[in-house]
Amino acid sequence: MKHILKGIVTATAAAAVLATGAIAEDSPRKGGTLITVIATNVRNLNPAVQSGIVTGYPGAQLFAAPLRYDEDWTPQPYLAKSWDVSEDGLTVTLNLVENAVFHDGVPITSEDVAFSVETIKAHHPFKSMFAPVTSVDTPDEHTAVLNLSKPHPALMLAMSGQLMAIIPKHIYGDGQNPKTHPRNTENVVGSGPFKLVEYKSGEHVILERFDDFFIEGRPYLDKIVMRIITDPAARAIAYENGEIHMGAFESLPRIINRLKKVDNLTVTDEGYGGIGPLDWLAMNTTKGPLKDVRVRKAIAYAVDKNFIHKALMEGTASNSLTGIHPDSPFYNANVEGYDLDLDKSRALLDEAGFPMKGDSRFNLTIDFGWPGVKPQVEYVKAALKKVGIAVEVRASADFPTWAARMGEMDYDMSWDTVFNWGDPVIGVHRTYSSSNIAKGVWSNTQGYANARVDELMEMAAVETDPAKRTALYAEFQEIIADELPVYHTNTLPYHTVYNDNVGNPPLGIWGTSTPIDMTYLKN
Amino acid sequence: MGILRTILLRVVYAILLLVAVLVLNFSLMHLAPGDVADTISQSMGGADQEILDEIRVSYGLDQPFIVQLGRYIANVAQFDLGYSFFYNQPVTKLILERLPATLLLVIAAQIAALFIGVVLGVISARKPNGLSNYVVTFLALFGYSAPVFWTGILLLITFSLNVHWFPVAGMRDVTIEGGFWVHFIDVARHLFLPAVTLGSIFLALYSRLSRASMMEVLGSDYVRTAKAKGLTSNQVVYKHALKNALSPVITLAGLQFSAVLSGAVLVEAVFSWPGLGTLAFQSIIARDTPTILGILFFSALVVIIGNLLTDLALRLVDPRVGGQK
Repeated sequence: MKHILKGIVTATAAAAVLATGAIAEDSPRKGGTLITVIATNVRNLNPAVQSGIVTGYPGAQLFAAPLRYDEDWTPQPYLAKSWDVSEDGLTVTLNLVENAVFHDGVPITSEDVAFSVETIKAHHPFKSMFAPVTSVDTPDEHTAVLNLSKPHPALMLAMSGQLMAIIPKHIYGDGQNPKTHPRNTENVVGSGPFKLVEYKSGEHVILERFDDFFIEGRPYLDKIVMRIITDPAARAIAYENGEIHMGAFESLPRIINRLKKVDNLTVTDEGYGGIGPLDWLAMNTTKGPLKDVRVRKAIAYAVDKNFIHKALMEGTASNSLTGIHPDSPFYNANVEGYDLDLDKSRALLDEAGFPMKGDSRFNLTIDFGWPGVKPQVEYVKAALKKVGIAVEVRASADFPTWAARMGEMDYDMSWDTVFNWGDPVIGVHRTYSSSNIAKGVWSNTQGYANARVDELMEMAAVETDPAKRTALYAEFQEIIADELPVYHTNTLPYHTVYNDNVGNPPLGIWGTSTPIDMTYLKN
Repeated sequence: MGILRTILLRVVYAILLLVAVLVLNFSLMHLAPGDVADTISQSMGGADQEILDEIRVSYGLDQPFIVQLGRYIANVAQFDLGYSFFYNQPVTKLILERLPATLLLVIAAQIAALFIGVVLGVISARKPNGLSNYVVTFLALFGYSAPVFWTGILLLITFSLNVHWFPVAGMRDVTIEGGFWVHFIDVARHLFLPAVTLGSIFLALYSRLSRASMMEVLGSDYVRTAKAKGLTSNQVVYKHALKNALSPVITLAGLQFSAVLSGAVLVEAVFSWPGLGTLAFQSIIARDTPTILGILFFSALVVIIGNLLTDLALRLVDPRVGGQK
């Protein structure tokens, strides 16, 4: 009885604390230096020519995009105060805010938008983002009109987060190659809420508040320090002892679970829907027994997802059944999930014409590109032994060795991690489109070709009605789950870690690859 | 004459060695499948084929091996180490930015290991069967056998997490403001744990060697003479015996310099020390050939200079070296 009473008292006290907490969060404190961490060395600070999560975080602070997204995948005004898509979907008009200036004081105009689109179109690694854009008209200083050859709903996400950066034409338009432009790392003139103070390769990136940022009163922070700490154990200690306020993209299950137990830290997997990182078992559908869909299904039935989720990922990753991240509005959870069923697996292999001969039915190899996924690969080997498939693990000396093998489809099975990058057109189609077979790592390295899948992707790419688009992708995911060019197992367990001092951490769909002008330090 | 000739000979050897380092490593790197375009694509979350091809063409990776090697050697001959594909920066700039941090770490670790090692060695040599001898032997063997990344993490957990004496990573606290001494103390605090970690391996070598060498010297005739003419034990040990006992230790320290440099790779990775080791590690992973070769070039240079300095130091403590008459 005493315990219950005590419980109630504690609960009430907790509620009171929560209530005051909520009030405090309504009035963000200004000032302070936020110490954050990046896990790998930054190569380039200009997101217009460089994608990737390492550039995304500093890049989105230095450069503004036309749009930003909230937690519910709804576009919000940013550098564009409003926008308009024509009936036929062939023109997109951006109305820019009028008071926006670059860090050197030069006003941001529609000319810069046009220049940025051209630069991205020519030099960004994801061609699909702006491929349908034929030209950009600039009727006046604050209006940019993007003309499209076909409707392109993916454009909205491609104009947000780290995928687009409005870069100054008067700096990058000097004739030098924008990809290797010296101003990508030095003396960067951006359009975002923070400006560059110092970039030291391998050491840190330091940003400070841009006082003439076009959103009144923001950003709240005076300074952001991004320290580069490559060792995950050292990062974990730095979170624990308070040396670092916040960090993202922590993916080691053991470290995530350890940090979850630390009192003043919050560890969350929110904020990764946009990037959409997925782990899967890729299968070369053009070679040997794997040509037969029944063999691929047999493999899926023999590999126990539950074991991967619980034992290997230690509960940090989510289930994922299709090539689209579960956080995406297009995700279809009602597809075949292939729960462990060894009998079914053996039956399918018999049916496909691979009876047991002595110890096994046939041999396969399995590859992996980085040491972190070796347990998964070893597990697949052990799991498939049970149904009579002898698997040999092929190690690669390093990433390029593996990437070259994958790019040329010189493999049977491989563990792989691929990102969605916002819209399926950008990061999903590349894996399944028959026109993208064996074009380097993270292309359609499965050699998968299905006319209906191609057709569905083509239709979804130009469908402007969200409900119809969702339906197209639902069917797409059903076919993929049925034909299994890849067996989808889990999301990559990216987590953001922040301590109690951090107010309003960036947990929207783009996580830290978004301006953190609303993040503040409580004291 | 002796010194000049030694230096001249060293320079000739050095050039031959450097050419061998570059050609051999360039060829080895080329043998492996895949290239830097793949790692650039990795860092970008994938890239379209066109972009990959563009990268290969713009860095000359589409050329035959012999053309690439020829171009590279020709550039190096003109003191141009090339351009890092991965970091978009000239290799020389990249390395010179990192070199001071590594030198600071390596020299601090080396001096600390040498100094403490010799002191411990002498202490245990004076009482070869005493308790102090066993303590020193234990410490030395422990440091030598524990892998540096493990020692590093252990020290971090103890001194950064359990007691907040030292910072976790990096070389400086960028939020600190103040004059030279404030920054000096800040860097020294950051340096302490990595230097101790790196030094711990070599401490064992130096203390064991100086112990053996000291014991040998202490048994020699001139030490007995010194004792017989009534000098105190301290005077005998530190004024007369130590100088002679040091010369094998210095030779070893010189030879170990390259080992310290390679040990720095692991230590730098654990402590995020912004030096050449971290850069080397990352460029190897990134297959960034110009940067790797540049680092090997500089490391070879540092080792050559280190050996030369060892030679000169030996001449100072032992005039017999160098064959001067």
